[in-house]
Amino acid sequence: MSNLSERPEKPVVGVPLPHESAALHVTGAALYTDDLVYRTKDVLHAYPVQVMKARGRITGLRTEAALAVPGVVRVLTGADVPGVNDAGMKHDEPLFPDEVMFHGHAVAWVIGETLEAARIGAAAVEVDLDELPSIITLGEAIEAESFHGARPVMATGDIEAGFADSAHVFDGEFQFADQEHFYLETHAALAYIDEAEQVFIQSSTQHPSETQEIVAHVLGLHSHEVTVQCLRMGGGFGGKEMQPHGFAAIAALGAKLTGRPVRVRLTRTQDLTMSGKRHGFHAAWRIGFDTEGRIQALDATLTADGGWSLDLSEPVTARALCHIDNTYWIPNARVAGRIAKTNKVSNTAFRGFGGPQGMLVIEDILGRCAPLLGLDPAELRKRNFYRPGLGQTTPYGQTVTQAERISAVWEQVEADGGLADRKREIAAFNAAHPHTKRGLAITGIKFGISFNLTAFNQAGALVLIYKDGSVLITHGGTEMGQGLHTKMLQVAATTLGIPLSKVRLAPTRTDKVPNTSATAASSGADLNGGAVKNACEQLRERLLQVAASQLGSNASDVRIVEGVARTLGSDQELAWDDLVRTAYFQRVQLSAAGYYRTEGLHWDAKTFRGSPFKYFSYGAAAAEVEVDGFTGAYRIRRVDIVHDVGDSLSPMIDIGQVEGGFVQGAGWLTLEDLRWDTGDGPNRGRLLTQAASTYKLPSFSEMPEEFNVSLMENATEEGAVYGSKAVGEPPLMLAFCVREALRQAAAAFGPSGVSVELGAPATPEAVFWAVQAARQSRAAGEASAADPEIAAGAPAGSSSGHALNGGSASGSAADGRTRAQTEALSGA
Amino acid sequence: MVTPRITVNGKEAPIAPAAPHTTALDYLRERGLTGTKEGCAEGECGACSVLVARPGVNKPTDWVAVNACLVPVAALDGQEVVTSEGLATPGEAGQPSVLHPVQEEMAVRGGSQCGYCTPGFICSMAAEYYRPGRCPKAADGEVHDAAAHTGAGHTDAEHGPNGFDLHALSGNLCRCTGYRPIRDAAYAVGAPADDDVLAHRRELAPPAPAATEYTQDGSSFIRKETLAETLELLRDRPDAVVIAGSTDWGVEVNIRARRADCVVALDRLAELRELRVESGFIEIGAALTLTEIERRLDGGVPLLAELFPQFASRLIRNSATLGGNLGTGSPIGDSPPVLLALEASVVLAHADGEREVPLADYFTGYRQSVRRPGELIRAVRIPLPLARVTAFHKIAKRRFDDISSVAIAFALDIEDGIVRKARIGLGGVAATPIRAYATEAALEGKAWSAETAEAAARVLESEGTPMSDHRASAGYRSAMLGQSLLKLYAETPEAVSA
Repeated sequence: MSNLSERPEKPVVGVPLPHESAALHVTGAALYTDDLVYRTKDVLHAYPVQVMKARGRITGLRTEAALAVPGVVRVLTGADVPGVNDAGMKHDEPLFPDEVMFHGHAVAWVIGETLEAARIGAAAVEVDLDELPSIITLGEAIEAESFHGARPVMATGDIEAGFADSAHVFDGEFQFADQEHFYLETHAALAYIDEAEQVFIQSSTQHPSETQEIVAHVLGLHSHEVTVQCLRMGGGFGGKEMQPHGFAAIAALGAKLTGRPVRVRLTRTQDLTMSGKRHGFHAAWRIGFDTEGRIQALDATLTADGGWSLDLSEPVTARALCHIDNTYWIPNARVAGRIAKTNKVSNTAFRGFGGPQGMLVIEDILGRCAPLLGLDPAELRKRNFYRPGLGQTTPYGQTVTQAERISAVWEQVEADGGLADRKREIAAFNAAHPHTKRGLAITGIKFGISFNLTAFNQAGALVLIYKDGSVLITHGGTEMGQGLHTKMLQVAATTLGIPLSKVRLAPTRTDKVPNTSATAASSGADLNGGAVKNACEQLRERLLQVAASQLGSNASDVRIVEGVARTLGSDQELAWDDLVRTAYFQRVQLSAAGYYRTEGLHWDAKTFRGSPFKYFSYGAAAAEVEVDGFTGAYRIRRVDIVHDVGDSLSPMIDIGQVEGGFVQGAGWLTLEDLRWDTGDGPNRGRLLTQAASTYKLPSFSEMPEEFNVSLMENATEEGAVYGSKAVGEPPLMLAFCVREALRQAAAAFGPSGVSVELGAPATPEAVFWAVQAARQSRAAGEASAADPEIAAGAPAGSSSGHALNGGSASGSAADGRTRAQTEALSGA
Repeated sequence: MVTPRITVNGKEAPIAPAAPHTTALDYLRERGLTGTKEGCAEGECGACSVLVARPGVNKPTDWVAVNACLVPVAALDGQEVVTSEGLATPGEAGQPSVLHPVQEEMAVRGGSQCGYCTPGFICSMAAEYYRPGRCPKAADGEVHDAAAHTGAGHTDAEHGPNGFDLHALSGNLCRCTGYRPIRDAAYAVGAPADDDVLAHRRELAPPAPAATEYTQDGSSFIRKETLAETLELLRDRPDAVVIAGSTDWGVEVNIRARRADCVVALDRLAELRELRVESGFIEIGAALTLTEIERRLDGGVPLLAELFPQFASRLIRNSATLGGNLGTGSPIGDSPPVLLALEASVVLAHADGEREVPLADYFTGYRQSVRRPGELIRAVRIPLPLARVTAFHKIAKRRFDDISSVAIAFALDIEDGIVRKARIGLGGVAATPIRAYATEAALEGKAWSAETAEAAARVLESEGTPMSDHRASAGYRSAMLGQSLLKLYAETPEAVSA
């Protein structure tokens, strides 16, 4: 067992604890960035001037009318920027653009004494625009070859030989939806200037160090003149990894120019229309199976909708490619990735970071092909699992470790969920109910943990022990609800051997720990936990020396457990507080900076090969759904999950991540439905679903009625802090089983053996069209009963001759994507 | 006129200098009560939920949860509000405060992750915690299963063993937890303790409606004491915006930045808050909230009972009124199809007198009606007896708290297997809510059979002029019309149709 994973006696990690801020949450006392406005004097308010056209060159911008509005203090434009006019890291994201690149692009900001004054001022700013042709849909971008950034190709084996060896070859296309983060707290920043013209920014950001860098380069300052603090976020989900920087820069610029605190807080509609989302993708694919249903070859091109600037689209696309294999061994593959440049918001990180998109492609392929191969979908999936002990590698060349966990979690779900019995019950139910059908599907996941870019896999921490024995920890990670701070408190208490009550945690800020990575890629606890543990170990080693001298023993024989130092084999005790006081008087340093970097990573982006991940997380989930054949409406009756988090640092927190990730994934796959105006009218490019009334996220009605989640037991991960594994992102992808269960329920309305195409999101409307298609297959099947090959839908060994491509893979969704007038009422 | 004042967490304070359009949410936050959050500013997410003391249905006072983002603070003149900060009991000196039972359950069960939606959930959950009859306490002091006691309650996916109705949280969104721990917390709360201050408050008279005339910078919020005074005012101020629950106007103010020189509140007018059952009709006051109607009718009009749980969320239903839903004239409001099927009429009041208009003649165009300037909806009348076969089918993406793509309401009289009378109301398929006259004709006088249903379904599919938008395609909307009749036929028991 490695030093990193080994747990001491009576560890505080592994104890189920509620969120460290739970009492503050429930009483409303927990502070978020914008709550600070009401505790700050003389705050000014910033409001964006959004141009409501998809694309155009700005030929004039007049602010006189805005400045005449009572209460308007200043209008910020590009001319005010003392440093670099850029809000991103790629220098393709001007903070104040000369060219409007998407509908709702902010081109100036109005600063007012009140928000109302700033709003009225913003409406008075006049912008002249030379409109330019725009590209809105992925289809338009592909047609026009409008791409930007890298175009990676991942290749392994001999793809032509693979197809030549295939008994069955299918091809198809699949376009699936983007997703809005819809953190409940919209983007917010509050900036102050101190007496030395230094900038202090409270920001709702997952990446304070990058917010600091961007603010510094916009203001023409050095990083040591800018401090960013994040108390906590009201949700992030990746949406606050890159996107907060520009808003923080606006607040900082306003504060710099007015000398007063400036607040930026987006309304929900501003947030929806100005900030990036999960990338929607288009996939074109061709797959070959042998006679047993084992994948022989995969040829695919994935196109991500990057939006107007690159943002994180390149690493998102890379991660999509790196996850198209999911839990399946694909001996011969060629998968190409490209990023569409469209006149929409710049799409960004979102829980899973491209992984879900890559994995959805293969799961959709298997769900569609199973009936054509005459196999149960669960059986087809199982046959293709990576096998342990064979040294199988991913298509990018990394050995799949712990491959036995793929089937271990799967089998536990089958057993705990009673899947075999329930399949029989469902068959009986379906036979007895002509208008209602149930479906049950199981899917698994494998998700790689670490940032693909090796340099990001490092972290720092600062641990201070005060003379009274109390401990204060700071680390580089941010708290967005995922429970990172709770885990870090547990790690610190465990490493020092003291009760949790002795440890407090200070807010994340850039003047405590420098050069931090984003709290992202599920890596928060792995990286910062390693750093906190390292700092605490330094302190513990010093204190053990002190204790040894007091107890008259060797430091190597001293243990600190539950706040008491003892020597092995002796009754003598030294309480923590006394130990600390003694150390102070002996002039022993009671503070330490901790550091951690993940070992053993390698990645070559050019060849698209290497071992970018420290380890893989595994999980499996089964969902049972019931579909109303009249409307396509459905309920999730039951979900069973077994998920691998290694040895959990904090089981209640981890189960919360699994459940929350699952429901968020189910939202992406079934309900959440971003619609853009793709017509040629005056509102081209406008987001039609720009409010909570039109963009629906899961509510109580989407929660599984029965929801059983368990964590894999005895699952120590040698390569991570206290044997744990990352948990933030992987569970989102467990939700594939919901969409696959809907596919099976829809299929139950038709004859067996028919491939069902289902939109993503599988809204009630999409499910209804899938049901209708299945019913028509019944009619077709009955009509052509004389032709068994057509009736069975079996395309024996043809290289492309199947209707999968002819149908619309996103068919029903596409049907609905026509433009119309909108109405956004709250229902009363 | 007294200076408008509001009591928050037991402390009284003036409403000034807030602008008359200022929401309760912004007012509370300005006062430093930042536990109440803005998530959407249109009554969809519930992060701003607060408790308000209102006239009770079964006790003198009910604690009702509302969206603070929609209600103007001036509308709370003289009222009592409790926020998440006011629920915990402050501890003795040096001690932490004692969490309220719903706060305690939410905290220890992992009901909060990012915590931003949590104060709103707490208030919605507290309102249900205090709902009279939710969780009866027996003489032995033990909390008993409400289902066993009331006979009306039941334990299923949406009702807990403690009588907790999950629909109480239908207007609250959480993006982090996936809801399971929140449901566990909701189903774990017991009955209020004997010394519970808010439980005791229910036994006392509700805050009296204040007559309010609040003006700042030339714009006014006015609440008169009587209907007659209100009608006089509206005759003089035809430009006034009339609100009851403000669930529609609040969205206009927040999202579309509309401002009005004069807003007139109707929600406390006694004349608009009566519910009467006469021999030939039921009359429902236009300013009763949907929750009040739901609880006072208690299933007496089955089609309405089917509508209410599907109408927006509990938070909205606690403020929204039938008068408001008809007054805005939206083609996708959920009550018009039901009221059309019930052959309801509206009683319109004017300073010069009253008139009754059948709802089928009320809508004249997109958000247009026969209602004249200065005229108010006083009540809705539903004729008796009610049709025996009724159903309301709401087609939407989400089951809780969504706006209809299509809504269809049926009210059929079937005798001896023959459809004697059919009334069908439709929403979402035209510029106004409409009656499906052609389908009604295709059903009436016909045997209630699969053939009749199939033929009538084809007629129903062609009613209205559905369009495609972000909610649904035109094709789906049309298909749903036909499917709804087939579903009605499939789900109508033989006993009813025979």
